Amino acid sequence: MDRFRMIFQYFQSNSESVMNGICGLLALASVKMYTSFDFSCPCLPRYNMAYGLGIMFVPPIALFLCGLILNRQSLVMLEEWRRPQGRRKKDLAVIRYMCSSIMQRAMVAPVVWIIVTLLDGKCLICAFSGSVDPEKFAGFANTSQVQVQQLLAKVPCKDDELMRNNTSRKAVSRYLRCWSQVLGWSILLILIIAAFLARWLRPCFDQATLLQARHWSNYIDIEQKIFEETCCEHSRLFAHKCILHFFESMRQEIKLHSFSLRREGDGAEEEEDLLRGVTDQDQVNKLLKKWYYEKPPLNV
Amino acid sequence: MDKFRMIFQFLQSNQESFMSGICGIMALASAQMYSAFDFNCPCLPRYNLAYGLGILLVPPLILFLLGFVLNNNVSMLAEEWRRPQGQRGKDPAVLRYMFCSMAQRAMIAPVVWVSVTLLDGKCIICAFCTAVPVETLGNASHPSLSQGEMERILARIPCKEIYDGQELITNEVATRYLRCISQALGWCFVLLMTMLAFLVRSLRPCFTQAAFLKSRYWSHYIDIERKLFDETCTEHARSFAKVCIQQFFEAMSTDLAAAHCHQPREASTDAGETTRKLLGITDQGTMNVALKSWHRCKPPLHLHAPTLPSHNSWAGEGQPPVHPLVPRKEVAAYYSRV
Repeated sequence: MDRFRMIFQYFQSNSESVMNGICGLLALASVKMYTSFDFSCPCLPRYNMAYGLGIMFVPPIALFLCGLILNRQSLVMLEEWRRPQGRRKKDLAVIRYMCSSIMQRAMVAPVVWIIVTLLDGKCLICAFSGSVDPEKFAGFANTSQVQVQQLLAKVPCKDDELMRNNTSRKAVSRYLRCWSQVLGWSILLILIIAAFLARWLRPCFDQATLLQARHWSNYIDIEQKIFEETCCEHSRLFAHKCILHFFESMRQEIKLHSFSLRREGDGAEEEEDLLRGVTDQDQVNKLLKKWYYEKPPLNV
Repeated sequence: MDKFRMIFQFLQSNQESFMSGICGIMALASAQMYSAFDFNCPCLPRYNLAYGLGILLVPPLILFLLGFVLNNNVSMLAEEWRRPQGQRGKDPAVLRYMFCSMAQRAMIAPVVWVSVTLLDGKCIICAFCTAVPVETLGNASHPSLSQGEMERILARIPCKEIYDGQELITNEVATRYLRCISQALGWCFVLLMTMLAFLVRSLRPCFTQAAFLKSRYWSHYIDIERKLFDETCTEHARSFAKVCIQQFFEAMSTDLAAAHCHQPREASTDAGETTRKLLGITDQGTMNVALKSWHRCKPPLHLHAPTLPSHNSWAGEGQPPVHPLVPRKEVAAYYSRV
């Protein structure tokens, strides 16, 4: 029981680590989705760019929205933002802090997708194979404009009959993959440097406000959780009382209608209490029927 | 008891994470079902469309209904909806809240099925292979064919082994084209659903928070009340059965004493717990008669004070069982309700 209480308290107080866990899971899910996705470039002139860039940017948007949905704190923040002021002032710094922490966590999975896409290279090869300069590559140099577009569009498809053993295709592919990987690594480096600087330089700016904002955002989160728990506990007690009243009123009714002698006996009191005066098949049926047709009012 | 209350509270207060877990499991089950399913395009002109669209749309419907069937709260919703008003008013907002939350959970598996199907591409390739634009994608030089002939050839695109239209349009080109369209549709569908879910979740605090808190509280209350009532009824049934059986044995032991002209053996104060528990039956013959009587003539569902004569005359074999004097009303209803 002590262990349950500890786990309970852990989840209550450490919603931040729960959110970090969800963020990590989503990042892993993002990588898994990319590897299980069957990338299939259409190898047609106008479709390539749309497909390649679509695969690079549409799933990150969906993952970002998923990150916002799965994060409990985004609801808490919205509620705090929209609540009427009442007798408690609203602190915009707290709301800003919550918003920025939510955004940071939600951005992880989309960024992971984009970086994995770039490091893999297939998307960029598909999207930009039609945009390379054909003069740089021997196989495509001396062909007509329309034909060169058609051929370049087929570069991502290794098994196409025209491209099967074409060395220029491999050259274009390597060139684009190189660019793609350079872009991927640069973005990764820039993001990590930005994160590093943000974390290191933060204490230099406004540490006190930050501590306050963090404390109060934690407080709002815990307050809401405890309110929900208290409501659950309250509704349980309310229901218990309501049912007891109902059985009691049935007992009174039975006493009025029947003149049965009260049983006297030692040790029978406990059973008597549990039976609550309902000792007959008819009485039980009546009780159950009344429970369905006329539930007691919500007033204990 | 305390431990159960803790677990109860934990699950209730963390219902969000509990329900998210269930949604995740359903999504995985749906994806697994799709990968285990052996897709088999018929490769015939009109059958392709029917098969492809059927596999795309019929399993999600089944999964959606299954989501409702497997949800325990559906009967609670139906009960609350159909109960007579009586002394307690009905709040349509609570019913709407319960229905919405159930529908949201039931939508997860179908959405995952449709997304996985579209992203995989086989269904769309099968359904729309006869609609491929041969003029733009096909090889320029091909003899002009009749509509029916062209359809028959194109319908075989998903079946690579029997495809005979390589001069018309290569299999790879058509497959790539259709798969590209299918995947684009799939990702757009995923984005649309995620945006919808996001809007539903984030607009609520902006507009109807107070009403939401009320509906959530009362829907929890209805659930807990139902569970507690069932518990109380079970407790009551236990006590009822216990007293009923005790009275049966007591009646039997007094009848036995009367039949054999013995005084009922008084349980002396120092006789001990065990003797009392024997309930007056102390030999094989009596026990056999007791068991036979229990089978042939169960006591009426009517607990009485010990001074009232019992209606259970079982003494001696060969006597026909006497029907209990309590009028038998709605026995079936009694057993089916509890």
